[in-house]
Amino acid sequence: MQLYLPIADLPVNIFLVLAMGAAVGFVSGMFGIGGGFLMTPLLIFIGITPAVAVASVASHIAASSFSGALSYWRRRAIDPALASVLLCGGVTGTALGVWTFTQLRALGQLDLMIALSYVVLLTTVGSLMFSEGLRALMRTRRGAVPPRRTHNWIHGLPLKMRFKRSKIYLSVIPVVIVGIVIGFIGAIMGIGGGFILVPIMIYLLRVPTSTVIGTSMVLTLVTMLFATLLHAVTNHLVDAVLALILMVGGVTGAQFGARAGQKIRGEQLRLLLGLLILSVGVRFAIELVIRPEDLFTIRELGVSG
Amino acid sequence: MRAALAVLLVLLLGSVARAERLIVSVSNHRVTVTPNYSGEELVLFGSVEKDASTPADRKTYDLVVTVMGPRAEMVTRRKERKFGIWINTDYRQFLEVPSYLALFANRPFDVITSPEIARRQQIGLNNVLLTQRVSGDYADVVPNDAFRSAFIRLRTERGLYREDPSAVTFLTPTLFRTGIPLPAEVPIGTYEVEIKLFANGALVTKTETAFEIVKVGFEQFVATSARQHGLIYGLVTAAMALMTGWMASIVFRKD
Repeated sequence: MQLYLPIADLPVNIFLVLAMGAAVGFVSGMFGIGGGFLMTPLLIFIGITPAVAVASVASHIAASSFSGALSYWRRRAIDPALASVLLCGGVTGTALGVWTFTQLRALGQLDLMIALSYVVLLTTVGSLMFSEGLRALMRTRRGAVPPRRTHNWIHGLPLKMRFKRSKIYLSVIPVVIVGIVIGFIGAIMGIGGGFILVPIMIYLLRVPTSTVIGTSMVLTLVTMLFATLLHAVTNHLVDAVLALILMVGGVTGAQFGARAGQKIRGEQLRLLLGLLILSVGVRFAIELVIRPEDLFTIRELGVSG
Repeated sequence: MRAALAVLLVLLLGSVARAERLIVSVSNHRVTVTPNYSGEELVLFGSVEKDASTPADRKTYDLVVTVMGPRAEMVTRRKERKFGIWINTDYRQFLEVPSYLALFANRPFDVITSPEIARRQQIGLNNVLLTQRVSGDYADVVPNDAFRSAFIRLRTERGLYREDPSAVTFLTPTLFRTGIPLPAEVPIGTYEVEIKLFANGALVTKTETAFEIVKVGFEQFVATSARQHGLIYGLVTAAMALMTGWMASIVFRKD
């Protein structure tokens, strides 16, 4: 069944988009991530312009992270204090990101920047995760104990604050900076940033695993809601019809993904996720290097009278 | 007063002196595009009315029909290889160019009239005025300019620009018709249709008509509200995201 997407200005097959939403939802449920880094590229590959894809995926991620955040809230696995400090940075970062997005779009370099950010971020994070997963897998094979956690330079920073539920005593500076960075790249790339945020919080900020996913989901939820709003107000690029189909597919797929994820071991899961992220990054890199089919593009700047 | 009268008289005489008159109509003056619209063809038909002053030897006519959609500003960008990757480097801004453009005739344009008249009357995609802004200047460039030809090629690929020198058919020597194809992604707005009548290579007369394309339905409502009420639209979308997430957490609650 064909459906016309009003903002993307493109007819799409409704079942194809639903299936894409479900597939990404499955993966995101399995790994406990938002899945924006998969959804945005998929939409771009089916012909939706990167700008519309980024703006519409923001609301899709908001929906899936809200259902996730709700269940973590019930299990008291969210640290409200940590979440609010992260949000201070997150909201600022999102506003900066949407502003940069608008500027790049006017310059005609938005698509390039989206692609470049994907290449850089995904190949880096993907290979880090993959190698980390490999090392962990080797360790368990050899039966070695994982290295003990030690304090790092971050714990020497001033402005310390006690986060009760996470049982950590930490400076707010790195927390706010992490929020800004995640909000910024999220708004430009159409990702929730969970797949970067969670490792940063675990390895750098030493947030315990009991509260890390729930708290990161709150950040994703608020920044993505804010990004949706800002993209709608400034660039008018949010396709609500597309977003709704993605949401319905996404939240359904996530439930089955979560069940499948419980059957796989943590190290293998990280290895798989790293591989997945890496391959999306490489796909973008190839796209940039090969000669495009058409060197020319047209953009309409609106009907003048 | 006297001058005005004189002008009026000249105008009246001028119109009287015209030997032929064109009477045209389109099959639908208001095309509504619904969500499942997948393209349509409008029909333009008309006749050449002769009068007493028409030269007796004038038997055959040629027609050129130009359909122009609402005008818009467009930017054409060119990618070049830099640092090993393909980057948008150069661009041209096209000002007030038609978003839809169709040129139809009953015979090839170069048979109908001379290149000189074709250029003056903007007949053929190569002769239509497409104003570019080139470093502060406003001008149209030579037809084989890279940006101009890329612009026309891309618009043609989307079915929004077309030229067909065999689309006009004469049913009798004076009665004609032509189809105006409107693709699925046709821009909304007012479309101007200009019909030019040629005989022996010279422009005899011309006339104009217009039609309007409006989009209706839920999708159009969404598109309009996104553009005009960005804030409310954003809030509704955000609320929709929260609702979907909340419903999912209820439906799939594991208790």
